[in-house]
Formats: sequence, structure tokens, C-alpha cells
Amino acid sequence: MADLLTRSHPLEPYLTALDALPDGLRVTAEPFVALAGLRVDPASGVQLRGAALPTTPNTWVPAGDGRLVWLGPDEWLVTSPGTAPEALEAEVAGVLRPVGGVAVDVSAQRIGLRISGPRARQVLAKGCAIDLHPRVFVPGSSAQTTLGQAGVVLLALDGRDDDAEFAVLVRSSFAGYLATWLLDACLEYADSAPTS
Amino acid sequence: MQLIECPWCGPREEVEFHYGGQAGVPYPEDPAALDDVQWAQYVFFRDNPKGRFEERWSHAAGCRRWFNAVRDTATYRFERVQRPDTTQAGTR
Amino acid sequence: MSAPFRTPEGGRIDRSTTLEFTFDGQTHTGHPGDTLASALLAAGRHSIATSVKLGRPRGVAAAWAEDPGSLVQIEEPFPEPMLLATTVELYDGLVAHGLPGQGRLAEVPDSARYDAVHHHVDVLVVGAGPAGLVAALTAARAGARVALVDEQAEAGGALLGTDDVLDGAPAPEWVAAAVAELAAHPDVLHLQRTTAFGLYDDGFVLALERRTDHLGTAAPRNVSRQRVWRIRARRVVVAAGAHERPVVFADNDRPGIMLAGGARTFLHRYGVLPGREAVLFTTNDSAYDAALDLHRAGVRVQAVVDARPEGSPQRRQDCERAGIRVLSGAVVTGTQGVERVTHALVAPLAAGEVGASSAIGCDLLLVSGGWNPAVHLFSQARGRLRYDEALGAFLPAEELDGVAVAGSAAGVLDLAGCLADGRRVADAALAALGLAAGEQSALPAVEATPAGSAPMTLWRVPDGGDGSTSFVDLQRDATVADLARATGAGLRSMEHVKRYTTIGTAHDQGKTSGVLASGITAELLGVPVQATGTTTFRPPYTPVAFAALAGRDRGRLFDPERVTAVHDWHVAEGAVFEDVGQWKRPRYYPRPGEDMDAAVLRECAATRGGVGILDGSTLGKIDVQGPDAAEFLDRLYTNMISSLKVGSVRYGVMCGVDGMVIDDGTVLRLAEDRFLVLTTTGGAAKVLDWMEEWLQTEWPQLRVRLASVTEQWSTFPVVGPRSRDVVGAVFPDVDVSNEAFPFMTWRDTALGGVPVRLARISFSGELAYEVYVNSWYARAVWERLIEAGRPHGITPYGTETMHVLRAEKGYPIIGQDTDGTVTPHDLGMAWAVSKKKPDFIGKRSFARPANSDPLRKQLVGLLPVDRDTVLPEGSQIVELADGGQLPPPPVPMLGHVTSSYRSAELGRPFALALVKGGRSRIGETVHVPVDGTLVPVEVTGSVLVDPEGARRDG
Repeated sequence: MADLLTRSHPLEPYLTALDALPDGLRVTAEPFVALAGLRVDPASGVQLRGAALPTTPNTWVPAGDGRLVWLGPDEWLVTSPGTAPEALEAEVAGVLRPVGGVAVDVSAQRIGLRISGPRARQVLAKGCAIDLHPRVFVPGSSAQTTLGQAGVVLLALDGRDDDAEFAVLVRSSFAGYLATWLLDACLEYADSAPTS
Repeated sequence: MQLIECPWCGPREEVEFHYGGQAGVPYPEDPAALDDVQWAQYVFFRDNPKGRFEERWSHAAGCRRWFNAVRDTATYRFERVQRPDTTQAGTR
Repeated sequence: MSAPFRTPEGGRIDRSTTLEFTFDGQTHTGHPGDTLASALLAAGRHSIATSVKLGRPRGVAAAWAEDPGSLVQIEEPFPEPMLLATTVELYDGLVAHGLPGQGRLAEVPDSARYDAVHHHVDVLVVGAGPAGLVAALTAARAGARVALVDEQAEAGGALLGTDDVLDGAPAPEWVAAAVAELAAHPDVLHLQRTTAFGLYDDGFVLALERRTDHLGTAAPRNVSRQRVWRIRARRVVVAAGAHERPVVFADNDRPGIMLAGGARTFLHRYGVLPGREAVLFTTNDSAYDAALDLHRAGVRVQAVVDARPEGSPQRRQDCERAGIRVLSGAVVTGTQGVERVTHALVAPLAAGEVGASSAIGCDLLLVSGGWNPAVHLFSQARGRLRYDEALGAFLPAEELDGVAVAGSAAGVLDLAGCLADGRRVADAALAALGLAAGEQSALPAVEATPAGSAPMTLWRVPDGGDGSTSFVDLQRDATVADLARATGAGLRSMEHVKRYTTIGTAHDQGKTSGVLASGITAELLGVPVQATGTTTFRPPYTPVAFAALAGRDRGRLFDPERVTAVHDWHVAEGAVFEDVGQWKRPRYYPRPGEDMDAAVLRECAATRGGVGILDGSTLGKIDVQGPDAAEFLDRLYTNMISSLKVGSVRYGVMCGVDGMVIDDGTVLRLAEDRFLVLTTTGGAAKVLDWMEEWLQTEWPQLRVRLASVTEQWSTFPVVGPRSRDVVGAVFPDVDVSNEAFPFMTWRDTALGGVPVRLARISFSGELAYEVYVNSWYARAVWERLIEAGRPHGITPYGTETMHVLRAEKGYPIIGQDTDGTVTPHDLGMAWAVSKKKPDFIGKRSFARPANSDPLRKQLVGLLPVDRDTVLPEGSQIVELADGGQLPPPPVPMLGHVTSSYRSAELGRPFALALVKGGRSRIGETVHVPVDGTLVPVEVTGSVLVDPEGARRDG
């Protein structure tokens, strides 16, 4: 009966404006990435999608087609662009249950933004209190902190001085706020003044 | 804007943290065995020293972990922070 | 317009460009590089405004932010009050006028932008004068991450106002080379027009950068006008310089009376002669340079009046060579003139006695009483100060961890000393950071300061009267007489004296008057100056606009707007939104011509009579998993959760340890070891934090894991007698009959391969199904429900209708019908409090005697007898005395109205209320004062619609 349901992305209304950002900054929405929250004893030594859980606070590692992000001493986030949400939860739960861990599908809980370009660091510094210097927030770093007034998970992907790249995970309900905030923070790089 | 050292995430701005009051006030093992005065002591009464104070804090906007700290209430300086020992009952 | 007081050449202004501006309705010209003050002085205008209380003419008295006199109001390009003419950079089209102490805020919204940037450094240097530049260079060469901030338009600090020579070249050349070298270091941030206005904990400094103020109407509108830099520095070097201090004498406030160093700055930096005929009154050697420089520039220096008995033999020679008369052991005792000083009254001073005075004609009276190091930031960091007898000023008295003071801010007043001090302090900072010094070049060579005579500390010249025209704080019109009144009234602390006299409370925060007040107060009390001390230095160092502090957080970005996955649909349907916490929730969906009352009555009727749909996605949702999950929830909820069967739902109440309700909601048991906990919209974060706190800190041995899934699951209650038809049509795989899918159970299904959960939960008393789906698909599922509901007249409804429907059923909203003093029993929910569980959070408190008081406030319904009045929420409830009158005041209050609406179902307004002993009053009539009349209301049970619960099964 029911034909396929269409998915809608919280950033859809903002994509055109984000696309039109001036040189030096690219902001793109990561489309529909499956996310699973997982809680397990760090001593369990489990491997997920070919990677060990990172136990160094505020780091992430690549895992399968996505990432494993440290969120707390017994808490991680696993991401996968190529897996269905409920399948990811089932897969991760299958690994964790035997060692007393749990997995929760949180695919729609957060959305991902990619912020890159020579101005990326500068723009993030307008709303993020942690030190983003390329020698400090090196690729593989992550931080749960605030950007503007939104709680985010910030990941350093590429640390090049002149062309850094970051991923920002934000609660879906805050996505519009964060996009509005980013557009506002980037306004000064535009050639001409906005009409509004 | 003070920095507070999260035992996991390192120094972060104080606004990322939530204050949890005095440490070492455990939930009574058998509340029903306490008289009203004893119960009221647990519910309503806390120390308020000038100087060193053992407190509970939570890194609310970060890793959301509770931890204990010793802080000077007169200078606001943190003397130390520590992760809860998971082999014992918590950080109350 | 001409600028008769402009020098023919010199100054750091661009004479090739002419700017036109208007002051007090008169058009003048100036040049880029001018301030409003320098351009006015060039035009010969000293007088700026009259004083705040006494209406005395006041003028430009200094060259920068320490000026107590030149307050102006900008009118164009945008109205802004309380700026100093000495710090307003001139731009074309500027329109301003002088302010007698108080300004006027703009009546239109500020269209400028403001923002903030976080920045982290090893070493922050405040001040780009000689000490600061050397400190920044030293740190940069060592490879440190450095920020250098300076409040002026260009670097150089005091060097901008002198004719010093460094390494054989004029100072600006050395400054330019230093700035260029700093710019070549990638990890150096150098900001001019940036005032470090506050130094806080752990090396946190707030600095205000004025990015476009100086551009006037040419300021690009997409660039922030001002920016707050939030700088976190491992080491802070305060090289903020020193403020010259005047001496107090009678009528020391006339326009044309100016600090000597300020006059020198106007000459060297701006190419302006502040007068034609000058008298200098000094207590120290430094001011002689001003007299000599002005003399060389063509000003007739009538006399140098040196209060020291021997004056300065060395500097006297310099003056005599120039033909300038020097009077040693003399003071200025007063002045003449109205709009401008015309004479200085000079008299000998011997053994503290002032002799007879004679008048010396002048249009400029330069004053120097010594220098006050700018210790503001050091003091803000809780650094202790000590009074230095030799300097007659307060200096840092201790070393602070992470904060060092260099140059004249530390009391080093000669150029060579400042350069060396900048190097010394930077070296110490680098050592503390464990950074090697790197390759450092030698400090620039400067001419040795000639040996001189020690300064004399002179706070005031006795005026022979009561001191009522001897001004200490010119901006506040506060005088020596006011200080005498304060000490006469018994005040001893400078904090008290400050508040009594208002000295130091103006825009300049006492930069020139603060230490004078301390010195004169000490004299009046006959105690050492160290004993009176200073008042506390507090941020901001100079005034900061609230707009700058707000930064980007205003308008739409003031507070994050959280929206659900269906938000755009609500917008398209014309919903009126309500703020619920940070959420934007549809409040109602008005049709053309409807107000809220009409829309809500329609939505309520449509839902109770047919079917409605609500976007309930904002409800908090928490995934609770683990072998001990049921035990954990049993401890937190007042009722039993562990007995709940998989596939079923239970309503639960949560209390604090004090037994008061903190949240409520439903719990779905998904598996033996897994629950989905629903919280109120506002309670979502609080409840998750509450659960984590107990789990982490009290019960770490419980094997339970929590996760927020609020945004993961969109939630749509489909409500009303026809809801079964709608849900059955969209999800044909589910048997939606009452038998197969009873009340308070849930079922999983799928739609187009997407998992969907349905739950028979009702917050209205009607047959209802809550639809849960991954929010990626929320919009699609919502539209399917709307489509399927169309034949049944499905009506989207908002929070207002939701409130009415739940209130008709007596369901409380935690936080609206409760206030932190309400137990489940007070709400009539004893049924939700387990008697079987040995303990749960709050249980012990229920046994306290206060909780069994029959006069506790209880939730009841109220029906206005007139069937018409909608009682305002928050109204008090009173009982009339025998005879139908109000009892005499204070009238006892029985309680208050917590919720109040019109009911389509009842055909009349109704309310919920917390009333003392409310349940025992059911059937009684009490009164509610509304707009001065007493409205009789009948107390009822809290459930007004379908008390038997017959409708929930359709």
C-alpha cells in the first residue's frame, strides 16, 4: 500500500542561503546520517565497525563508513551515512548487549553540518569558547560545547591552516537557529550589505 | 568567566557547568527509619562554610558527567577535581 | 570654516583630506586623524557644554578617555549619547552637540550590527605604547601566541603625543617598524581601536573593538560596528600607561584649563594649538616639556608656576633659554573668565601658606599634578594597591599569578625605563610559560632623561574659602566642599565618600578625580593616603554599549528558537505560535476573521466532536535501558512502573525529595529492560538531568543507561471520536479496535517500510492515538494523517486547545497548576502514589505532618456563577464573611486561579485553582476579585467533562 515516505531535512529552508556564502567558507548539510548512541563499560574492549572505541576524551576515530565519537567515559556516538537508522541500532546493540552495553537510534536527534574553508575557524570562534587553534584542536579532536547558544558536538576533520574542515552535530530542533546564526556570522564576508 | 576543570574534558568555561551543592550527603539508606527532624536535615540543610568546601559539579553542556570538587567559597578557586570512584557509591 | 588654531604643519592628521562636521549647529572642518575634540580646538572652541548641576561652562580638559569634560551627544549618523569628544574620531557628516551631563537614547532601533569573537593566546598585551610594543615583540619573537590590543586609532601610546627619538629616528618610525614586525608573525593578533575593559578570572579579558565607528556614514552595514573580543590569555601584560592628574584650585573648571600632557598631545598628534597665551602650573618636571613644545610652536608661555619651593633648577634653565618666566614655590589659586579662562591667579606658597595673588593673562592654563598609573585592570583582577609617597599615586603592591604590569602603568615614567620594563615583564611571562626567549634584538636607543627634581605631591591649593568652586570631579560638579561635608558627616571609607559625593561615578569613573579624592580626604581626616586607599576599580574601564555586550544575541538570535520537524507546515497553515521554553509551538490556527477565543472554541469542538491533531513532538522523550531499568524508574516515580507489561503505557508522577511534584508524563514499556519515558515539554532537559544525577551519583551500581530521544521521535496525538477512523486508514496493518488495541497500550507498525509506533494515550479524555515516527519522516506522516483525516474534518489544533481539553478533564500542567509546593495528593492523585513500594523519591516527605494538613491547597475546579466571566489566571480567591462582605483587611486568601478558559463543551468559562482545603469545599461558593468586583464562583471537582471516563474508548 503505502508508497515510500519522503524524508525532510531540518536545514532544507536554509540550503540556498548557505550555498550562496561568500568565498572562504563552505557550509553544507550532511544528508540523513544514521546515528546511534551507545553506552558501555570502556573496559569492555569492544570493536565496532572495525575500530576500537576511543577512550581519550574529546576525540573521534573513523569507523566503517562513519565515525566513532567520544561523548563521555562510557558514552559514544556512532555515525554511518550508509546504514538505515534502525539497522544501525540493531547492529550496534548486537555487539554491545553481550558485554552489558546498550544502543539507541538517535538518527533524527541531531543533524550534521560541514563547515570548511579558510574562514571556517574564524566563524566558529565567533560563537565557540574553546581553543580552535590548528595546533590545539587537531584533526581527530572533538568537543561537546556550545556554538552560539546551541549545544553542539564539534569535530575537527581537516586541520590545514588555510583550509580547515569541521563537522558540527546539533540537535535537530536547533538546526534552524544554528543555520541562522551561521548566516549572520558570515554576513561580514559578503561583498555588499544585505537588503534587510 | 572562570575556567573549571572537568576531570574528563579539561578546562572549560564555567557556564558549561551545573552546580550540585555539597558533596557527601548520601540519600539515607532507609528514609522511613528517620524521624522528621533527621529527614528534614537531609532534605533541607547543607553546610555553608567560608573557605574549603567539598562540592558536586556536573559538566552539563559537555560530557554530562558528575564529579566532585574542592573549592574555596571565598576565592572561588578550585583546589582539585576528581572523577567519582565507580567502585564506591557515587559522588553524593 | 577656518581652523585658526591648526599648526601650519605636523601632527598625524591627513591634511590632504577635509572633513566637514557640525557641532552645536555650527559647521566646522577637520581632517582624518582628528578627534572631534582636536577639530573643535583647531577651530578655537574649548567650551563643550555646561555642567550637570551648576550649569558652569566646561571644556576639553584632556586628550583621551580620562577627560572629565567633553561629553557630547552624537545626532548623525545615528543618535548616541554620552561620548567623549576626545575619543570620537572625526568623520565627514558628523553632527553632535555638547551634553550637560545627561544624554538621550535613540528612539529608533539601532540598525548597526555587533558581535563577539573568542580568542586564545599565551600572552595578551594591553596597550601599544613603548612598554606594550616591546612586550608584544618580545613574546612574538619567542613564538608565543600573542594578542596586542590598544584603545587608540594607531599604535604608539604616549609616543604619539611627544617628540621622542628612538634609534635616532622620530618615534613614529620605530612604532611603524614594530607594528610591521608584529604583523609578520602568524600567531600575533594586533588590534587598534580596541579597549581592554575588563580583566576577569583565569586570564579572561573582554576588549571592545570599535570597527566602523570612525567611518561614519561610510560604515559598511554588514560589518559589525563594535566587536567584543573574549580573550583567554595564559599571561596578561598590562601596559596601559598612566593618566596625568590635575591639581585642585578655585575655579579650576573653566574651559581652557587642560592637563599639560593633553595639550602636548593636541600639538604633536593633531597639529593643534590649544591656545595663544599659556600658563603652566606644575608640581613635577614632566610638564615642562609641554611648555617648551608649545613655546616652540608659537604659543606665548606667560609663566611656569612650579609649586615646589626650589622648582626644578635643570628645567628652569631650559625655560630661561627660551625666555619663559618660571615662578618657583608658587601656585595657581584661582582663575578668571567665563566661557574661557582669561587669567590665572598666581600666588607664592611657603610653608603651606598661600600669599597674595596676582593675575596673569592667558587663554590656556596647563596643569600637572603628577601621574596616576592606570592600574584599573590589575585592580579588577583583585590585585592589591599601595600608595607610593614619591609618586603620589597608587601602584600594584603584589605580583599576581598570570597578570603583570609594565611601563608607566607600573609607575615607570621615563621612556628608557618603559622600554626595558616591557622587555623584563615579557621575559618573565615567557619563562612562566616555559617558552625560550628566541632571538631578541636590542632595545631601541633613546636619549637619557635629564636628571631632574623630585615631584611634589599637591592635591589642592587652599582657596581661603569653603572649597565650593574647587572641583574634584568636574563631571559630577563635586568639590572640596563636598568632600568636607562627607568627612564632616562622619564618613571615613572612600567607598562611602564616593557614594556620598558621587565623585568617580561619571562616565570617566574617576580617572582624574579618584586619586585626588583619596588624597584630599586623607588630608581632611589627617590620615595617610594609604589609609584612605582607593575605591574598587570595576569593569568596564570605559563605557561599553549594551548593544555591544548583547552582540549577535538579539532579534531572532536572542534566544534559540527550537522548532519541530513539522514547523514549516504550521507556518504555511497560518498558525499563531507560542513560546514554550525555547520551542515555537502552534498556539492556534486562526481562520480568516477568527480571534484566539473563536479559533480555540472551534478547535475544541471539532476535536471533541470529530477529530483533531496536535504536533506533540516537543514532549521530552528519554530512552531508558538496562536490566535494572524498571527498578530505577520505580525509585523515581511515585507509582509502580516495574509491574507495567511490555506493550503497555502508564501515567507517572515524579517528585523531588521534598515530596513536591516536579514532572509527570507517560511511560511506555518497550521491552523487559527498555522503557520510553515521556516528560513535559519544559521538563525534558530537567528530567534527564535529574535521572542522570541519581544514576551517576547515588546509584552507580544500577545497570541503566539513559538517552534523550526528544527530537528522534516526532509525536502526533490524533484525538477525538473519529481518530480511530483516521489512524486505521493510515495504518491498515494495525487492528485499531478497542479490543485489540486497548487504552494505555502501544503497538508497533510500519508505513512505507518506516517503523511507526502508535500509543493509546489521551490528554483530553477523548479516544486518541499518539503516532511516533523517526523525525526524518515526520512531515510525510503528518501529511498522511491530515490527508486521511480530511473526510472526517480533521482539525489541527494548538497548545491553547490542548490546554482547554486537558483542563476540562482536570489534568494539571506541572509548572502552571503546580508551583513546587504541591504534592500528588494535593492534585487529587493519591491513586498515582504507590503504597506497595518500600521507598521512592519523595515518599518519606509525604509522612511529614504538614503534608496531611487538611487545609493544604488542593486542585479543584471553579465555575463562575455568571457563566460568563473568564477568571484571570493568577487571581486570588477569597471567602466572604457573614453578611456577604469582605472580611476586614488583611483579607485571608484561600488560594489562586491556576488555569482558566472558555469551554465549548460546557458552554461556559471554567477554571482550575489551588484552594485551601479545596476538596472539602466542593459545592461551596467563594469569590474571585476581578477588576474591582467580586465574582462568585462555585467550587467543583477538578474533572468537569466526562468524569466517568466514557469517551476514551470512543
